[in-house]
Amino acid sequence: MTTQVADVEHGHENGHGPATGITRWLFTTNHKDIGTMYLIFSLVMLFIGGSMAFVIRAELFQPGLQLVEPAFFNQMITMHGLIMVFGAVMPAFVGLANWMIPMMIGAPDMALPRLNNLSFWILPFAFTMMMSTLFMDGGGPNFGWTFYAPLSTTYAPPSTTFFILAIHMMGASSIMGAINVVVTIVNMRAPGMTYMKMPMFCWTWLITAFLLIAVMPVLAGVVTMMLMDIHFGTSFFDAGGGGDPVLFQHVFWFFGHPEVYIMILPSFGVVSEVIPTFARKKLFGYHSMVYAIVAIAVLSFVVWAHHMFTVGMPLAGEIFFMYTTMLIAVPTGVKIFNWVSTMFRGSMTFETPMLYAIAFVILFTIGGLSGIMLALAPVDFVYHDTYFVVAHFHYVLVPGAIFGIFAAVYYWLPKWSGKMYDESLAKFHFWVSFIGLNLTFFPMHFVGLAGMPRRIPDYPLQFADFNMIVSIGAFMFGTSQLIFVYVLIKTLRSGEKAPQRPWEGAEGLEWTVPSPAPYHTFATPPKVD
Amino acid sequence: MLQNVRILSVLFALFPAIAWSEWEVNMTRGVTDTSAAVFDLHMIVFYICVAISVVVFGVMFWSIYHHRKSKGAESHPFHESTSIEILWTIVPTIILIIILVPATKTLVESYDTSESDMDIQVTGYQWKWRYKYIGQDVDFFSVMTTPSDEIYNKADKNPNYLLEVDNPLVVPINKKIRFLFTSNDVIHAWWVPALALKKDAIPGFINESFTKINKPGIYRGQCAELCGKDHGFMPIVIKAVPEEEYIAWLDERKSLKEKEASASQKDWTMEELMAKGEQVYNKSCSACHQPTGVGLPPVFPALKGSAIALGPMDDHLDIVFNGKSGTGMSGFGEQLSAVDLAAVVTYERNAWGNNVGDILLPADVEKMKGGK
Ligand code: HEC
Ligand SMILES: [Cu+2]
Repeated sequence: MTTQVADVEHGHENGHGPATGITRWLFTTNHKDIGTMYLIFSLVMLFIGGSMAFVIRAELFQPGLQLVEPAFFNQMITMHGLIMVFGAVMPAFVGLANWMIPMMIGAPDMALPRLNNLSFWILPFAFTMMMSTLFMDGGGPNFGWTFYAPLSTTYAPPSTTFFILAIHMMGASSIMGAINVVVTIVNMRAPGMTYMKMPMFCWTWLITAFLLIAVMPVLAGVVTMMLMDIHFGTSFFDAGGGGDPVLFQHVFWFFGHPEVYIMILPSFGVVSEVIPTFARKKLFGYHSMVYAIVAIAVLSFVVWAHHMFTVGMPLAGEIFFMYTTMLIAVPTGVKIFNWVSTMFRGSMTFETPMLYAIAFVILFTIGGLSGIMLALAPVDFVYHDTYFVVAHFHYVLVPGAIFGIFAAVYYWLPKWSGKMYDESLAKFHFWVSFIGLNLTFFPMHFVGLAGMPRRIPDYPLQFADFNMIVSIGAFMFGTSQLIFVYVLIKTLRSGEKAPQRPWEGAEGLEWTVPSPAPYHTFATPPKVD
Repeated sequence: MLQNVRILSVLFALFPAIAWSEWEVNMTRGVTDTSAAVFDLHMIVFYICVAISVVVFGVMFWSIYHHRKSKGAESHPFHESTSIEILWTIVPTIILIIILVPATKTLVESYDTSESDMDIQVTGYQWKWRYKYIGQDVDFFSVMTTPSDEIYNKADKNPNYLLEVDNPLVVPINKKIRFLFTSNDVIHAWWVPALALKKDAIPGFINESFTKINKPGIYRGQCAELCGKDHGFMPIVIKAVPEEEYIAWLDERKSLKEKEASASQKDWTMEELMAKGEQVYNKSCSACHQPTGVGLPPVFPALKGSAIALGPMDDHLDIVFNGKSGTGMSGFGEQLSAVDLAAVVTYERNAWGNNVGDILLPADVEKMKGGK
């Protein structure tokens, strides 16, 4: 508690508080306000995307068509994917970056505060536009979140043009957010905070930001080519005009594979903060952790066609992408071993953030191992486009990205709000989520291996039992997120006052400012040694 | 594990709706040499993954149990060890190489493009498959036959629910078959688990795959690439039979063609054409234009009251015969017989309140077919 004094010093000196009323949120350039808006936006999107998953699982509860028609089902799977990826996971990470990066590196705010405001406020408009397509003639996008041409061009519903514009807006927002993170980290670190002293979360975000800047323009390119094909008579993806539908997949996955690392790296960062805190021990192998992230990021550019083993690549192509994909397992393994060694011979306690971090390590490892299986081209001929793949990517994304976000929220909520959350209620949220999640996604491995294709609204009878279990798990997992909302509300309304450093083992600049963190922190930079 | 699964399945058997299904938890070993190799590879990798998780999770749970603060564990300051870190970079690399050796071998084998005994062209259409036996003058469509009453839960589901077709692909066993995949509209993927064969059917391009089936039997699969509304309803059924049986089947297929030709010369009445037309319509057209002809605008137009269905006969036949490129409307000129084409066009002009009153004779359609 000795640093309390320091805050008075660098906290409020030229400070003005937030504006009042709605203008505070519309015109704010404060990284904490913008972070909060990102996080709330992401939570809302999580519930919208989640309710679409409810529709999907309710239809798949039993064989036969009960609730929705196939045409609408396809819109649900498409929107579920798009909203979860672009609306829930990515904005949540940007929200965490906004809140934490300046406080972790001892900067007063993000480097480009107005850009920051703009990049947030684009999002509500982009998503409103995208979701409004569901009410248009012919329905919304119905070609899967991967929107393969020509299903998404020549054969697409008229609303696809709105979808393309919405993707452009989301992409612009992400690029601006990413530029902001890079500029902040490169220029605004406190004196003495060298790169190799930076908290792991900042490192992962720095790399993520570079990935975003590299691949979001590729996504923009591919949707622009779609737009041209649809409206301006080009034939990028139309064999009839000399184009190639497979070109779409190459360009899409050149964006798409780094994108999956964009959705996991910041979680790696969070877990690398949380585990040392609750193991009361420094992160094992800080340097190798940094090198591993860089290696993963670089490799992520040369593995894209492992999503396309069945498009009919030449043998040499299959072998190349199989080998590079396997190679990614090495740095990923290093990270997992390092986390486990951080726990080894620590002095562990199991508060909610730690529970989420441990679940992250276990379940992400399972998803990683099924990833190794999928990397083997000859076997992928069987796994590809089945529920085995659905199981795999939900294992890396839900307990990966989403549990990482939960860990972060519980870990830093006391700092943000100045209040402690209800530990037993939060643990209840964890356990219900954990059980529901595994009930949902584990049996998907079985139905996938047994031969159930993904993206079908109805299935042959031999898949019935597992699908029922999956649906029950999904309802449980989905509903348990209401507990999360309740925990948040309860914390804000009646949580106990949080100390400046609520976690015994926590280190880092963010714990040297009071809880809740004042509106302006580190107006004079701290000295790091 | 299996024990638990059994107990669970007994519990779930209490739910009447699902009592009929079996518990399948793994990939099939299949009926070709490739599928067996793929299965073995899958199992090897699976066991390696299990071993890795036992080690990693073992250490982790051991630490969680022993190194907890509540048990008085104190944290040790070690946080770096170059030798250990190098070790666990190298060991996984070695494991990966061990996996990659058999994987590469299986992959190379599945790319064996040596001379095949027969070639079949497989074309994906929005929501059916077309099989063309190259050099045999046998060419037909394969459409799902599961009745919509079963899909909409108005009738009990039969055991092959969603996995049954009117014309299965018949092939001989012990022959090397080359499949040539392409598509007429969007990308589809032809997948039969028992052959461990999945390949994308891409419009404008041709992919090839080989198989040699060792065991007679009926093998079922589904389209694996999202291809629009009825993606879940375009199954694949293969009947693998001994060679003699296959040759007999080929002959039968060819004589069928002659029968069709003679049928088109007969004089058809309006009633006959309407009855036949309704069947054809429900099988080939109603997925898009809907059983009552109202379509699903704006993508699939209504035929009820449509200008084309009520307009000149030639235009109407033209779009049905040749289709319209770049839309879901494929040309049915080759898919349907002259009788079927005549019947369905007649039906569309005179059903659901459309009442042009004229009929199209199979003989006229035959002329158009001949002219092509
Ligand atoms: C895969 C979906 C699909 C199937 C199956 C299908 N159609 Fe079509 N059909 C279409 C589409 C899409 C159009 C609109 C083409 C256009 O843009 O002009 C169309 C247009 C038509 C038209 C012109 C309607 C108008 O007013 O413009 C007729 C007539 C027609 N179809 C008849 C048939 C018949 C007969 C069958 C069955 C033998 C059939 N269709 C099967 C999708 C389909
Ligand atoms: Cu298909």
